[in-house]
Amino acid sequence: MGSYLPETREGRADMLASLGLTGPDELYSVVPEEVRCGSLNLPEGLSELEVVGRMEALASENVRFGTVLRGAGAYRHHIPAIVRTITSKEEFLTAYTPYQAEISQGVLQSIFEYQTQVCELTGMDVSNASVYDGATAAAEAVLMCLERKRGQVVVAETINPDVMTVIKTYCASRNVPVVSVPAASDLGVDLDALRAAVGPTTAAVYVQSPNYLGVIEDMDAVVAIAHEAGAKAIMGFNPISLGILRTPGEYGADAAVGEGQPLGLPLGFGGPYLGIMATTKALMRKLPGRIVGETTDAEGRRAFVLTLQAREQHIRREKASSNICSNEALCAMTASVYLATVGPEGLAQAARLCAGHAHYLADSLAELGFVCKSNRAFFNEFLTTCPVDADQLVSALAKRGILAGLPTHGGILWCATELNTRADIDRAVCAIKEVCDL
Amino acid sequence: MKLLFERSVAGRGQTVFPQLDVPEVAFDQALLRRDMPRLPQMAEVDLGRHYTELASQTHGVNDGFYPLGSCTMKYNPRVNEQVAALPGFTDIHPLQPVETAQGCLRAMHELEAMLCEICGMDAMTLQPAAGAHGEYTGLLLIRAHHLANGDTARTKIIVPDSAHGTNPASAVMAGFTVVSVPSNAQGGVDLDALRAAVGPDTAGLMLTNPNTLGLFDPNILQICQIVHEAGGLCYYDGANLNAVMGHARPGDMGFDCVHVNLHKTFSTPHGGGGPGSGPVGCKAFLAPYLPGPRVAQDADGHLSFEQPEQSVGKVRSFYGNFLVAVRALTYILTLGREGIPEASSTAVLNANYLAHLLAEAGYDLPYGERCMHEFVIDCGPLKAKTGVSAMDVAKRLLDFGIHPPTMYFPLIVHEALMVEPTETEARETLDEFVQMMTAILEEAHTDGERLHGAPFTCPIGRPDEVTAARKPHLRYEFGE
Repeated sequence: MGSYLPETREGRADMLASLGLTGPDELYSVVPEEVRCGSLNLPEGLSELEVVGRMEALASENVRFGTVLRGAGAYRHHIPAIVRTITSKEEFLTAYTPYQAEISQGVLQSIFEYQTQVCELTGMDVSNASVYDGATAAAEAVLMCLERKRGQVVVAETINPDVMTVIKTYCASRNVPVVSVPAASDLGVDLDALRAAVGPTTAAVYVQSPNYLGVIEDMDAVVAIAHEAGAKAIMGFNPISLGILRTPGEYGADAAVGEGQPLGLPLGFGGPYLGIMATTKALMRKLPGRIVGETTDAEGRRAFVLTLQAREQHIRREKASSNICSNEALCAMTASVYLATVGPEGLAQAARLCAGHAHYLADSLAELGFVCKSNRAFFNEFLTTCPVDADQLVSALAKRGILAGLPTHGGILWCATELNTRADIDRAVCAIKEVCDL
Repeated sequence: MKLLFERSVAGRGQTVFPQLDVPEVAFDQALLRRDMPRLPQMAEVDLGRHYTELASQTHGVNDGFYPLGSCTMKYNPRVNEQVAALPGFTDIHPLQPVETAQGCLRAMHELEAMLCEICGMDAMTLQPAAGAHGEYTGLLLIRAHHLANGDTARTKIIVPDSAHGTNPASAVMAGFTVVSVPSNAQGGVDLDALRAAVGPDTAGLMLTNPNTLGLFDPNILQICQIVHEAGGLCYYDGANLNAVMGHARPGDMGFDCVHVNLHKTFSTPHGGGGPGSGPVGCKAFLAPYLPGPRVAQDADGHLSFEQPEQSVGKVRSFYGNFLVAVRALTYILTLGREGIPEASSTAVLNANYLAHLLAEAGYDLPYGERCMHEFVIDCGPLKAKTGVSAMDVAKRLLDFGIHPPTMYFPLIVHEALMVEPTETEARETLDEFVQMMTAILEEAHTDGERLHGAPFTCPIGRPDEVTAARKPHLRYEFGE
């Protein structure tokens, strides 16, 4: 069996003896006999060599696709080499939450830098240090906007369905009604229905843009509708798109939330990911989670600390703004290194490549009879009709090393990123044509 | 040191992305952002050095002893990192067809089964992303159970006053009100106070056992019985599971559901605050309410996802922090049947060894020397005598190159230092810690005043936290 115990068996026996004990079982003498368990039904431990083989065998049971044309909430992007180098530094990897500021300035400063980058990216005033993922960021944002006389929230049905489910879970346990607003025929949220749904008890309106089906929503109208009713407007965003597209801040949103995975985090079968959450100065003290602030020490040196902790569970207990404690700090650092590596022009180029490739894919697919179901502007995802059986298409393409778009909403939701080059798309489209002609 | 933004020079950077190989999309001007984000523009070499400097100002487990009570800062094996970086795991899309992701589903299925065995539970979900997220999920199960029984009056969760702050905060998020019960003189749950607190409005009890004082509650069976007889359920906060693995199981103590912290007990790193993972286990009668989708295996060993019919809904996108789960699976497979209980008993041994020596050195241990995996020192008597507080002792420890114990927790000991050495420290590390603590005790008695100024050798002295909170400065301001 493998073991990470540095002390030898003999050394441990000596330590036990120094306490007047004869065996490790005596350490548990306070545990009632009825509660003591016998040997666990677990396999024998393994050496490092064996466990690596075992885990490699598991990994090899998965199929890695050469071409991925699927997004729907998780995106395969290029990860610059230095991102992994920096985030595997063992000081960052093995530190706890930076409670002791004097020996945690590195982590604290990196969070402060992350917060600044998020503010720049989103056009918002304040960012927290991260929450679990994009879905919990949305749910926390909705709860953050609740007021004594505003206890209902309005959510567009055009958002990512996982995000919708998580919002509903979080709201159900707090008895907060969620009114969902359907899509119009152009796959954007139905603005008339949205206007009808908001009212004097609406705390927040949540809309994602680009939405789940890729459409760039009319956020000017959404924010205006929310604000006219006295409600807060929350915008969900794709961080890569903000390299070129208008920011939540520029739309006048009160909060901005997004899945940060595209910023240097691998697909990883769904996690760990990164919940980005930013808001205005007005809502700063309602923001959940850790926040790092700049201050000084007694000698006037710049210092970073966890701050505004009066919002948090370890101080406020049942009166806290959220129960969150551990967050996704290393994922936030990953995003921060990613953004610093690509810089403003690199991020814009990534966005242009994503949009360009997606539009090229859409044009190529249209020639095969996969017609866009919306004529609205889109970023890097779009829903098309499917002239053949969708499940058969997916499995036929899988055999050719291509992960097809996701069958949903009576069609297929396609995605392209900077990794899907023109040549890559041409090959995929050839394969799709072959499958359709069969 | 300088911030990224202060090192940025316009025009610098590296070429990460190629030129467009397709026509550029002409978006309507109204859809475009007006100003470029002021992200750093830096050469890769300068970026690398920036983070090397930040790393040098960060203390991790690999930098030195880290006896941070309640956080289980054990060594994070490198093989876990290597395995979690296998492209066969990192490059798998969460929505790719399950036939093409059988390895991921099998990893989840195996880990769920092993965690069930260790906790004495029947079913497990890996979806919660952290301990507090697990608490919330577990409480949703309790809520769903009562509501399914038409029991709408059970609105209260009982939490001992020694509990982690996340317990009451999670209870409120899950729609409950919180009833706090006091601890008895031995640091356990006061049975009379518990009997007085339970009733027809009791939804459940949240308990850590061993508790935050590092004490195993010998009345645990009676505690669960009192709650069950009142119609409530019992929730086990797995924060301290590292004390009892393979020796006592929450399920056998009478608990109905539990969360475990993979980033504590199962050696996955904390990453400076996350990502963690907080799987939730439960007895069979609560399984129908678990978040979906759940992994199911058919007779041929083929794995698929199923949606529980009465699920409380999702608490996170997809299936949780999968790559963290991969690390935990690697760890359990490595230690195995014998290594898991040995890890716990050694963690308990190390704590008892330290507690004994620190008591001998003159520190006050209000609940005695015998403990489980952690113990609490009360610096109250020291402060009364010398003016030196728990904070001063902790800050002075920084000068010795180690991370101090948890300060001022649990709340029921006012000048608390909570020490958790974990099993991955050798005897000499523990002995050195005792020497440091002894030296500080001497300093307290000879020159206590000086200790208020500690630390003396860190990159900064004690930061001004009051100003930080009064005049929040939460992002870099670009000079314009």
